Amino acid sequence: MKSSDRELIVEKKRWRFAEPPDKLRLRCGESLGPIDVAYETYGELSDGGDNAVLICHALTGDAHVAGKHSHDDHKPGWWDIMVGPGKAIDTDRYFVICSNFIGGCKGSTGPSSINPDTGKPYALDFPMVTVKDMVRVQRALVKECLGIDRLLCVIGGSFGGMQVLQWTIDYPEMVYAAMPIATACRLSALAIAFDEVGRQAIYSDPNWKGGDYYGGKPPHRGLAVARMIGHITYLSAESMHEKFGRGLQDRATVGYDFGPADFQVESYLRHQGDTFVQRFDANTYLYITKAMDYFDLVSDYGTLINAFEGVRSRYLVLSFTGDWLFPTHQSREIVRALQANAVDASFCEVESGYGHDVFLIKNPALEDIIINFLKNCQDGIRGAG
Amino acid sequence: MPIRLDYDYIESHVPDGARVLDLGCGDGKLLEDLIREKGVEGRGIEIDEASVRKCIKRGVPVYHGDMLQGMKMFQERHFDCVVLSQTLQQTLNPAEVMHEMLRVGKRAIVSFPNFGHWQVRARLLLGGMAPITPLWPYEWYNTPNVRMLTIKDFTRFCRKQNLRIVRRRFFSRTFIRTPAAGANFFASIAIFILER
Repeated sequence: MKSSDRELIVEKKRWRFAEPPDKLRLRCGESLGPIDVAYETYGELSDGGDNAVLICHALTGDAHVAGKHSHDDHKPGWWDIMVGPGKAIDTDRYFVICSNFIGGCKGSTGPSSINPDTGKPYALDFPMVTVKDMVRVQRALVKECLGIDRLLCVIGGSFGGMQVLQWTIDYPEMVYAAMPIATACRLSALAIAFDEVGRQAIYSDPNWKGGDYYGGKPPHRGLAVARMIGHITYLSAESMHEKFGRGLQDRATVGYDFGPADFQVESYLRHQGDTFVQRFDANTYLYITKAMDYFDLVSDYGTLINAFEGVRSRYLVLSFTGDWLFPTHQSREIVRALQANAVDASFCEVESGYGHDVFLIKNPALEDIIINFLKNCQDGIRGAG
Repeated sequence: MPIRLDYDYIESHVPDGARVLDLGCGDGKLLEDLIREKGVEGRGIEIDEASVRKCIKRGVPVYHGDMLQGMKMFQERHFDCVVLSQTLQQTLNPAEVMHEMLRVGKRAIVSFPNFGHWQVRARLLLGGMAPITPLWPYEWYNTPNVRMLTIKDFTRFCRKQNLRIVRRRFFSRTFIRTPAAGANFFASIAIFILER
């Protein structure tokens, strides 16, 4: 049996910190505590503690990056194609960590969590969390809970890539290598625009009630529309044409009505929206898209070159040709600012007709790059002692 | 260009621990050798994705993209050496590349195949066809080479562009030193070391 065929059974764990009065002071000025962090780990930490790989998940991801929670679990983690025994991020070789960010809805403290001051869900009383805050919490988990002083590599795509960049800036001594994938040092106006339309869809759902819907009917319509919009931005015209074209959904001719979906692409998006609302909280969607919009290394540090002034990691920045949401020039901008600081940074634009989401899909070129980069990093960290 | 014997010469002219930028670094072999044997701080720029992946495999820092764009963010004189090995004949704007090389680097090492070699001349003169020789191995319709230059051309170019020629070396196809006299006729490969 190949090691990649072995079934990986993982357990979701939870760690609590920032208990009052030692609440965590957030960037927005407010404090939050206690904070629960849902996380999963895979593989074994080496004796030298030099094989830890932290994965930062994207907007709608969670701590469950790979494997299953039980043998009859029907779906594996969100990056199971990449992470596992014998896979590109090989859990026989690396100790992989992934945690749900704060503000999330998959076990970490977020707007749907109970506010200890009121005994009711926070809803919009939840403080605004930023990428910097999320990374601070991840650092606490890595250092205080798991006892790891230095990570071999921090990897993340999209919004996860923003966390990767922040990690290398805020905790340079803790990150030997970094792999920001399909990301940017700040969102473009186009990307902010899509986030705002998604939020507007949620606000306009009468069930949203200013965020105060817990215990009642959640704003599923609004959230589903937000997801549909988001999903379009993760694809590309080419991949949509290939996948759906103008194909009709279970019918020979169009219906000349507003009933069931005419086109396959409509049906697909409806399905995406409907399944998403079963697993995601609308307020988390609002908070996290805001955190993404607010992320801006240029305004935080004056220039991007200044932002990377104190970094000590080696970088591999990756982008994809078909990604129009986080286009390649945004990755190049990051690499050039790193170069200006004489940082060891590599960059590769991987050919793919698929859109932004491509790193979640099987891609031999990407796997090859990740395998080799991680291997070289491990040789490097061991050589450096 | 299949023959990269110029690597040896380039290596011998890169000081230990130098900062080196290799433009059009291909699969990263030269940089890997320089990093391992001379402890240089190496960087590469390469336009071809498959080659970039090979660099990553070798652990050579590489920037996937156009060399002019890739050099832009480096500070002035950041590198001790900037290498352009067998790529000059494929650059669309050689003057800009050369000046940018000597902006980001203190020294430029440029190697190129000599279009003035007697075989090239003979092919065109006697054969009446676009020359195909061991160092110019392509057909006219599939060549990546867009600049057919001779040693004399490049020497004049340097003078015109105010690039100081520190040293010139000429070699045969099997990398045997060729005398400077008659090099434009007999040498297959030229290596120029330039400074501002």
